Amino acid sequence: MAIFLDENSLVIVQGMTGSEGAKHTRRMLAAGTQVVGGVNARKAGTSVDFDDVTLPVFGTVAEAMDATGANVSVLFVPPAFTGDAVIEAIDAEIGLAVVITEGVPVHDTARFWAHAQGRSTRIIGPNCPGIISPGKSNAGIIPADITKPGSIGLVSKSGTLTYQLMHELKDFGFTTCVGIGGDPIVGTTHIDAIEAFEADPETELIVMIGEIGGDAEERAAEFVRDNVTKPVVGYVAGFTAPEGRTMGHAGAIVSGSSGTAEAKKLAMEAVGIRVGKTPSETASLARAVLTG
Amino acid sequence: MDLFEHEARDLFERYGVPVPRGFVAGTPESAREAASKLGGTVVVKAQVKTGGRGKAGGIKLASSPDEAFAAATAILGMDIKGHTVHQVLVTEASEIAEEYYLSFLLDRAGRTFIGMASATGGMEIEEMADSITRMPASAFDAAAVFGPEIAAEINEVASALWKVFVSEDATLVEVNPLARTKDGRIIALDGKVTLDDNASFRHSRPSNAAEGDPLEVRAAEKGLNYVKLDGTVGVIGNGAGLVMSTLDVVALAGAAPANFLDIGGGASAQVMADGLDVILSDPSVRSVFVNVFGGITACDAVANGIVQALGILGDRADKPLVVRLDGNNAAAGHRILDEARHPLITVAHTMDDAAGRAAALAGKES
Repeated sequence: MAIFLDENSLVIVQGMTGSEGAKHTRRMLAAGTQVVGGVNARKAGTSVDFDDVTLPVFGTVAEAMDATGANVSVLFVPPAFTGDAVIEAIDAEIGLAVVITEGVPVHDTARFWAHAQGRSTRIIGPNCPGIISPGKSNAGIIPADITKPGSIGLVSKSGTLTYQLMHELKDFGFTTCVGIGGDPIVGTTHIDAIEAFEADPETELIVMIGEIGGDAEERAAEFVRDNVTKPVVGYVAGFTAPEGRTMGHAGAIVSGSSGTAEAKKLAMEAVGIRVGKTPSETASLARAVLTG
Repeated sequence: MDLFEHEARDLFERYGVPVPRGFVAGTPESAREAASKLGGTVVVKAQVKTGGRGKAGGIKLASSPDEAFAAATAILGMDIKGHTVHQVLVTEASEIAEEYYLSFLLDRAGRTFIGMASATGGMEIEEMADSITRMPASAFDAAAVFGPEIAAEINEVASALWKVFVSEDATLVEVNPLARTKDGRIIALDGKVTLDDNASFRHSRPSNAAEGDPLEVRAAEKGLNYVKLDGTVGVIGNGAGLVMSTLDVVALAGAAPANFLDIGGGASAQVMADGLDVILSDPSVRSVFVNVFGGITACDAVANGIVQALGILGDRADKPLVVRLDGNNAAAGHRILDEARHPLITVAHTMDDAAGRAAALAGKES
């Protein structure tokens, strides 16, 4: 099993004809993802050649879904157009929209998040590496060759820390790794992913990676206390970040005394989550749970 | 990006939020001129992007142009919590009957925007947390906090403030205090505005490059994501989370990081050279920790980038580098670094080991 994305997922790429979109479509195909087409209103009716396959370009998400049965869209759309592109995907009732784009104005994210309420689309991102269910499907830019299918579920705000933990725990493998992104508003939260991992019979251990800013980790800790029976191992980045400075990710900022790494670590430890001081120690804690 | 108070005041004025008349002054002479244009008693306020100006002596009343000159002389150049005062805002003084609080801001947890109001204002927000009423921005109504007459007036101000928030892509617009004067006017006496940097492409905005740390200004000019810190170990990595984690691991190894620098996915030789150039220009840096996990980025390209960057920098590269490469093509990356036999480069194979070496090198040099 896997969460949100599996071997039956049929993926379209909004922005497939752009350089990033094309590059990562090729990588997704190489990872075994069933990519079935792209969307670009100005290039509707054309097609794009990849190594073993030629993919059609549709004018709209709805047309692409009608023609291919797609249920997942990955977005490589420039920031200025991302808001409208996500709303188009929501209106077409796609099951999952994975928004890779970095630099989306938060007013636009708030707008498409509000639009998604009461509708059927799960959003991951924006400003995220996407989601991979190793051996099954890869929707986004996470390298597919770091690890293999296994028993760990991972949810993270950070791309490279996701890769680091996947690498350190590659011998165990993963059910699904979800990069939820580092923006102040994201569509899928730690809680959403943890809830799904708890319900997924193949996931034996959950790894959650957080960073400074907001209180998503604190709320996830409360959720774990009340709802999760599986072991959870955690890591938080940004203990040395100064107050009031944005550390790379738009959402990574300590404001006054709120959003600190220390507060997140304490909240997680208070509910029994084992929190590593470094990525390697976090991997060791996970290893100990799985082998102990 | 946080705005200066005078920039916030100008935005408020443009959207119809009532503000006192005022002028910005960079010299005591122009403060005197501003005071004489305004007439009567004026307030001279330090323009710094931090709180606690009043307590630090950065806000003074002046009852004449000469007093405004003297106040500006005292305030300009002052250091307030590490911020040097380069400008003052001179405004007409108001006779205050009551002080309130009003703001709109991003609510991360709710994934929406909220309005906040309080019938007591003028203090640091932490001090009045209990008296603040929070409402969904779309359902903001001052009547939840104020009596009917004042509520109607405050709702008008709130509606103009909301326009600032939406039209300017702000993540915070705050009026503190929002004052009712003795002659019954409602007026925004101080304002704080934070704009969403991600929305800069659809606005023409003031550049704030000029007032930052010189190294941060240089890094920004080169498009680098750099934050200056106080320590001695320079840090370069790829990905915001990994770089934050690298700073923490350096701290755990007993040293202090000198900076945050995320070179992102590309990591070309030029980007590596630009990054190293900025870090090596920091006189407090004694060693550099390059920490790359190759995801999309291939480690052999990063290794080539490091070697070429040292070539580009020549004699300016004079601090030891500890390099940790892992992930995509890491073995090829290590081979390139081994073959280069550069005297400044030490290769480490884990983050923790690399941090220990970088910390030790920083300690040894001191």
